[in-house]
Amino acid sequence: MSNKIQWEFPQALEDEAIYILRETAAQFERPAILFSGGKDSITIVRLAQKAFYPGKIPFPLLHIDTGHNFPETLEFRDQLVASLGVDLVVRNVQDSIDQGKVQEETGKYASRNALQTVTLLDAIEELKFDACIGGARRDEEKARAKERIFSVRDEFGQWNAKMQRPELFDMLNGKIHIGEQVRVFPISNWTELDVWNYIRREKLDIPSIYFSHEREIIERDGMYWPYSPFLNTTEEEVPFRQKVRFRTVGDMTCTAAVISEADKLEDIISEILEAKISERGARIDDKRSEAAMEKRKQAGYF
Amino acid sequence: MEVLRIATSGSVDDGKSTLIGRLLYDTNSIPQDKLEALHAASKRKGLDFTDLSLLTDGLVAEREQGITIDVAHIYFSTPTRKYIIADTPGHVEYTRNMVTGASNAQVSLILIDARKGIVEQTYRHFFIANLLRIEHLVVCINKMDLVNYSETRFNEIVADFQLLLQQAAFKEQVVEFIPISSLYGENLATRSEKIGWFKGAPLLEYLEQISFDREDRQHPARFPVQFVIRPRTEAYHDFRGFAGKVASGHFSTGDEVISLPSMQKSRIKSIEQFETQLSTAHAGDSVVITLEDEIDTSRGNMLAKPDNVPAALKEITAQVCWMDQQKLVSGKTYLLQHGINRVKAKVQQIHHVIEVTTNRTVEDKKELGLNDIGKITLKTAQPIFGDAYPVNPANGAFILVDEFSNATVAVGFIE
Repeated sequence: MSNKIQWEFPQALEDEAIYILRETAAQFERPAILFSGGKDSITIVRLAQKAFYPGKIPFPLLHIDTGHNFPETLEFRDQLVASLGVDLVVRNVQDSIDQGKVQEETGKYASRNALQTVTLLDAIEELKFDACIGGARRDEEKARAKERIFSVRDEFGQWNAKMQRPELFDMLNGKIHIGEQVRVFPISNWTELDVWNYIRREKLDIPSIYFSHEREIIERDGMYWPYSPFLNTTEEEVPFRQKVRFRTVGDMTCTAAVISEADKLEDIISEILEAKISERGARIDDKRSEAAMEKRKQAGYF
Repeated sequence: MEVLRIATSGSVDDGKSTLIGRLLYDTNSIPQDKLEALHAASKRKGLDFTDLSLLTDGLVAEREQGITIDVAHIYFSTPTRKYIIADTPGHVEYTRNMVTGASNAQVSLILIDARKGIVEQTYRHFFIANLLRIEHLVVCINKMDLVNYSETRFNEIVADFQLLLQQAAFKEQVVEFIPISSLYGENLATRSEKIGWFKGAPLLEYLEQISFDREDRQHPARFPVQFVIRPRTEAYHDFRGFAGKVASGHFSTGDEVISLPSMQKSRIKSIEQFETQLSTAHAGDSVVITLEDEIDTSRGNMLAKPDNVPAALKEITAQVCWMDQQKLVSGKTYLLQHGINRVKAKVQQIHHVIEVTTNRTVEDKKELGLNDIGKITLKTAQPIFGDAYPVNPANGAFILVDEFSNATVAVGFIE
């Protein structure tokens, strides 16, 4: 029944997201959009553009650069920022490593995914952001399914699942103490399919790696990993060329590719409707344990 | 495409999570890798079947105790609708979360264990669904497999529930009873052969045909101003737009509007949605409204139409559900947030507490604690422009915020 193609974007979701963004602009002094260059944060930027038009987007974009990004994503980011005339702030995980605040992981599964939380919290403190807008969705993962739209974090960025404020009707309470911060999730109620249908309706540009392209990959644990200088490989892991695309955009060390010929949005949407693997199933960082996301959230992850 | 929001509720062991898991399973909404993770997790728990409830019980504490302690949101679509389920806790100490989940629902789904019939929590959940005036109520009588799919048992429970309906304040609620077995998927996505005596639709079919006339669009026009857009750029030098989401009713270009509290009048020059100009904006639409005249309007103010202006309330009597560990303190000042507008409000009087399981008022109980529902009177520092909740729900509810802890401590429904 759900295999029948559903192209229509539910307009109520856009109205809700715009309402949330306007509340964020009104209730906080220094909000920022956490921008990863992925489709969800691209959607957030579009919503912000629409929410304040013909005014400018009243928030800067904050990008935590792990140094392991896909080059295609960075190129896309710079083009988007230039075309919209928004401010971009970049903070680097490499700096946190150099300052001795975090330590690079070792071994073949080494990634900078967990490390970026420290860089993010430092950036929030340095730039005095009291609200960070993110593109997380509740359908992505079961700990995220419990999170509020205005999610209050303590001074250490920690999420306390048992102490969440009730959110009634559409009334959002963004009152916080000094030092506390809020993560704002305007597209909480969207699914992956909703995001794609929105991108299609709005004719948004997205980084090229979402579309089918040929690239060097290796096979590991039944998944296809993009081959890059950042990935620690063993001798048996020989890179080969394959037509693939990515369903999510994270680091090159924690985002697996899917074999795909889909080179148009319509094909991507059809593919998602038929897909057997969930979106975050291709995120190696979630596979560490059943509670991986909840633990990272408690530690201040986005 | 329409969005249908459902709140599920029931006691701890009524099988809510299993029901939701089953709906997802039967509509092919569970991807292969998640299903495999469920098989594996079920095995680790020593179960010989796939425990679909593990799909929604997302938190570590919940998996340990096997209960649901917070609101989880679950999504699935059919070709006709997008569904959002707020799976709310059944446990008595999380009643506030149930109110939270129910506050955005158009359908309330109550589960009853066919063996036990109506229990204390059924009364509570029904009371809340009725207090919040949720349009549709679906009562699923679950675990029919454990009562041999007995029609007599089903009818007994329906008859008991009818007694509850007679005492309800909100009589227009549309109620349907469906006998199901969530464990075996009977009468969920497909019609059950084992319950052949039941002539109604199975759950999913029933949900698919629920129609909404969007009553909020017929209610009086209310537009709370969230944000004033003043680009001050060369192209938009004099642009002054009021951004907001229409709370109820509708506004069209050329309509005369009145701004509250300034009481100044003007006409709508344009209604904009990004680069598109609309002739009419309806309840739920996020838009920018520009006016013909420069009148005094800012965030927290409200636009209405002169023929139906909400009353300026400085003294508010309301039913409230208390949601905080700290009890309500009579004489204490809280922040009252009505929609997006915040004013200080002092608790004047606690009239009574309602015993929701019996629907009786307890006149001599003068304090409200966590999960209590009662009637209070508040006095506000500035007037708020609200409607009575039964008349216009979208402009009739508020929350109370504790000025010291910043917590949301209550939700109120204006009488």
